[in-house]
Amino acid sequence: MKSSYEQLEMELRPHGVFVTSLEEIYNWGRKNSLWPLQFGLACCAIEMIATAASRFDIARFGAEVFRPSPRQADLMIVAGTVTKKMAPQVVRLYNQMPEPKYVIAMGACAISGGPFKEGYNVLKGIDRYIPVDVSIPGCPPRPEALLEGLIKLQEKIARERLLCNEAARSTTSAQPSEYPVPNYGANDLDPPYNSSVFHPPPIHVGD
Amino acid sequence: MTDQVFKSIIEKYPDKDIRFLENSSPSGQHSLLVPPEIAVDVAYFLRDCLGFDYCSNVTGVDWINGVKKGIWKSDSNEEIDGGKSGFLEVVYHLYSVQKKVGPLILRVRTKTREDRPELPSLTPVWKSAEFQEREVFDLFGIWFGGHPDMRRLLMWEEFEGHPMRKDYIPPDDYEYEPTPHGQILERIKTKAGKTE
Repeated sequence: MKSSYEQLEMELRPHGVFVTSLEEIYNWGRKNSLWPLQFGLACCAIEMIATAASRFDIARFGAEVFRPSPRQADLMIVAGTVTKKMAPQVVRLYNQMPEPKYVIAMGACAISGGPFKEGYNVLKGIDRYIPVDVSIPGCPPRPEALLEGLIKLQEKIARERLLCNEAARSTTSAQPSEYPVPNYGANDLDPPYNSSVFHPPPIHVGD
Repeated sequence: MTDQVFKSIIEKYPDKDIRFLENSSPSGQHSLLVPPEIAVDVAYFLRDCLGFDYCSNVTGVDWINGVKKGIWKSDSNEEIDGGKSGFLEVVYHLYSVQKKVGPLILRVRTKTREDRPELPSLTPVWKSAEFQEREVFDLFGIWFGGHPDMRRLLMWEEFEGHPMRKDYIPPDDYEYEPTPHGQILERIKTKAGKTE
C-alpha cells in the first residue's frame, strides 16, 4: 500500500515532473554531506584513515570533510579504545558539536571495551556516556564495514521526521544535546555510566 | 665488549656491592646490579667515560614474595599468601651510539616494597629517562628522587594504587558478560545470587 505522496511521485515522474517534500530534500542534503570530527584513538583510526584515502574513498558518500573542530562537525566516529582517562574529553567534544549530531561507535573497544573490558584503565563502551547511533563490530572493522555503517547512518537520517510526534532527536527539546562530563574517581570514572543513556543488562546465569 | 664495561665498573668501585647478574638464555644479555647510593655516579661514569650516550628503555619489575589469592576487591580472601615482602627493581637499557655498543643493562633495587620506596633518578644523566621513570612511578610506585617532574604519566592523578604491582587488585566493577566462561562464570554465579 503506497502513500498518496508516493503515488503522486510515480504518476508525475514519467512526465518529467520531480516532486519532493521539504523534509525529504532537507534530509537528502544532510545525509550526503556528513562532516566527521577528525580524531582517532587507536588502531581503528588507521582503518578510518584508510577509508578516507583513495582506495576506499569516503568522499563517494560525501563524508570526506574531516573537521579539526567539533563546532564544524556533524558526525563523531569514535574510532578505537576509549581509556578512562580519555572518556571525559570525548564527552566534552560531543557536547561541543552543534545539533544535529550523530555518533558511530567503531570497533569492539568503542562498543564495549572489547578485549580490554576487564582491564583497570579502559571504558566499557562509549555508549555509557553519549547516545550512539550506529555500532560497527570488528577488531578493527574493515573500511568496507565503516562505509556500511555510514550508509546505515545515512538511511537513518533519511528516515528522520521534522514535524510530527516521532520527530528526530535533534529537533525536540525532550532529549539533551549535552551530556554530563564524568569526573575522575579513585578507580573508575564518577559516575561509572550515565543512567539516562545506558542501562546495564540484568545479570543472567544460564543453565 | 659489554663484559669489559662491566669489569671496569666493578674495578672502579671495589668497596661497593656491585653484582654481575648472568643471563643464561641464548641472548646472553647479562646485567649489572648497582646499589642505589652509587647509581647516579655509575650512570655519569657510563655516559662520560664509557660513551653510553643513549638510554633507550626504563622499566620496572615487582619481585614480590608470595602469591595473590583473590582476584577482585570484594573477595574476602584478598590477602597475599606469604606477605607483601620483597623488593622493586628498575631496569635501564643503555646504548652507545658513538661506539655502536649495547644494550648494557643496569638494574637498581629498592630495599622494600612498602611505604613509597625511593630510588635515585637517572633523568639528570639521560634526559630520555624522564617520561619512562614517570611511567615506572605510575605503574609500580617507585619514587625517583631528583626527578624534575615526578607525577603520574598514564593514569589520572586521583587514581589509587599502582596497577603493575603484583598485589594490585582491580576494582569489582563487574556488570555483565554476554558469553561467560571459566573464572567469569564462577563470578557471575556469586553476583547473580546477590542481586536477584
